[in-house]
Amino acid sequence: MSEMTQTAAKPHIERSATASRTYTIFVIIGLAALILAPMFFYPIFLMKLLCFALFACAFNLLLGYTGLLSFGHATFFGGAAYFTAHVVKEWGFPPELGILTGVVGAALLGLVMGFFAIRRQGIYFAMITLALSQMFFFFCLQAEFTQGEDGIQSVPRGHLFGFIDLNISTNMYYFVLAVFLIGMVIIWRFINSPFGMILRSIRENEPRAISLGYSVARYKLGAFVMSAALAGLAGGLKALVFQFATLTDVAWQMSGEVILMTLLGGIGTLIGPIFGAGLVVTLQNYLATSQFPVTIVTGVIFMVCVLIFRRGIIGEFYASRLGRKLGFEHRR
Amino acid sequence: MAVTATAKQEEPRVVLSARGLSKSFGAFMAVKQVDLDVHHARVHALIGPNGAGKTTVFNLLTKFLQPTAGSITLLGTDITKTPPDRIARMGLVRSFQISAVFPHLTVLDNVRVALQRTNGLSTQFWLPVSSLDRLNARADELIESVGLKRERNALAADLSYGRKRVLEIATTLALDPKVLLLDEPMAGMGQEDIGTVSNIIREVAKTRAVLMVEHNLSVVADICHHVTVLQRGEILAEGDYATVSQDPRVRTAYMGTEEA
Repeated sequence: MSEMTQTAAKPHIERSATASRTYTIFVIIGLAALILAPMFFYPIFLMKLLCFALFACAFNLLLGYTGLLSFGHATFFGGAAYFTAHVVKEWGFPPELGILTGVVGAALLGLVMGFFAIRRQGIYFAMITLALSQMFFFFCLQAEFTQGEDGIQSVPRGHLFGFIDLNISTNMYYFVLAVFLIGMVIIWRFINSPFGMILRSIRENEPRAISLGYSVARYKLGAFVMSAALAGLAGGLKALVFQFATLTDVAWQMSGEVILMTLLGGIGTLIGPIFGAGLVVTLQNYLATSQFPVTIVTGVIFMVCVLIFRRGIIGEFYASRLGRKLGFEHRR
Repeated sequence: MAVTATAKQEEPRVVLSARGLSKSFGAFMAVKQVDLDVHHARVHALIGPNGAGKTTVFNLLTKFLQPTAGSITLLGTDITKTPPDRIARMGLVRSFQISAVFPHLTVLDNVRVALQRTNGLSTQFWLPVSSLDRLNARADELIESVGLKRERNALAADLSYGRKRVLEIATTLALDPKVLLLDEPMAGMGQEDIGTVSNIIREVAKTRAVLMVEHNLSVVADICHHVTVLQRGEILAEGDYATVSQDPRVRTAYMGTEEA
């Protein structure tokens, strides 16, 4: 028997070595594509895509790596958009400080929402996050600084570090790309850290993690706040890209949309949500001008995804014969 | 504390005690007025027919369930109201009836997760995973001591049932607990693994307290110093195996069926 387990053990190491090699190649191709993309596509579209990709990845940090389904992530995305828009427009903050304000604000909102939600599981957790985000929506509707139905309009992009003019769309694109990459690196580091190991163990076997002496709630809260902060990073960035922050960003539909993106791309895969966000944003863009309603198309795609390829685009690819040949693994 | 090396047998003293421990689920009293003293350097067995409340007692002692009445003292501290993770940090670590491993982590990582806590390497979200490599020496020592060296890099899910239980014990020992609660450590094991685990338990019990639920009476007779028999949530008999097994009430309630 031990001989059998030994042969089972060996390929596991080799496989992960191939995986990291192919992963590196894919990352380089992806980077090159993102750097060259503005030569072929409309920059605003690309920036929107990157903002939502980061948002979806932040959401996936919670759903895919901690196993918590939040139905209130619009609060962090939209809340940060409001915070950034406000401090940049009204207080004259430079863009980098404006985004930082959005991140800190979202993290604080995450701390409050997480504190109340984390003690419950499954549907109850989702319901508490939904309820709290509905309350935040109402707050945004009523509060003075959000300017109600109008939203905060014509937010100046300003000069990054005082000398890079973000009104030039190429500059803005590479700024967005840089922030997106920083966000991705943070997520990658987070899930591949000592903390990330504990999160994995909690997801694998929560009672056992407790019996080893871990205060599971605190680790979940940590992940929740991190996910909220990164969603805030995406939201703040979005406010600068479109130069406005509105109620749509904090509405529950936004929370639903990010779940859709993550599911389509592949829960628990690092890059899956990027593709999910890409698909949804592209569809929205191309169908916006057609007679055909977008929501019906995304709805149909969602159903097809749930019924036929539940692992999502990237998840299915990892689990496919080609994916396994390239050394990927999909464990869920 | 390599388990293979023979440690010096230490003197027994009470480390964990329960008084008047009771738990009711609605009208059903699962555990009634149980008094229990677990001694340092002793293996204490909790036996009894199915449904006697053995696992409930375990859940109460480790606070996975809150007792309806009674008190629990661990190393002189009242823990009746302490949450389960705090109790684990105080040195009372349990295992579960169904094997408790992290299936999609390797054997090494399973042990390291436990070592991460005792080495203060569990909250750093900015460090790479490779920062955990400094736990490898200790982890390997533990893995070797339970005979899992060859499976070090295998996924826990790929191990046989018996090997999973062995891994679970190694993970538990990584915390260097003062009191070990093992819920049916031998259930579903082959004869060979039973021998290995018996030796491990006998060895670790020289320097710490062990309380175990066990159905395999030859194991109980072999390694346990003290036996408590539960029936319908109450203590039926107590003493060493020889005494308990001669008790006529025990023989009718439990052992009688065993010999038949």
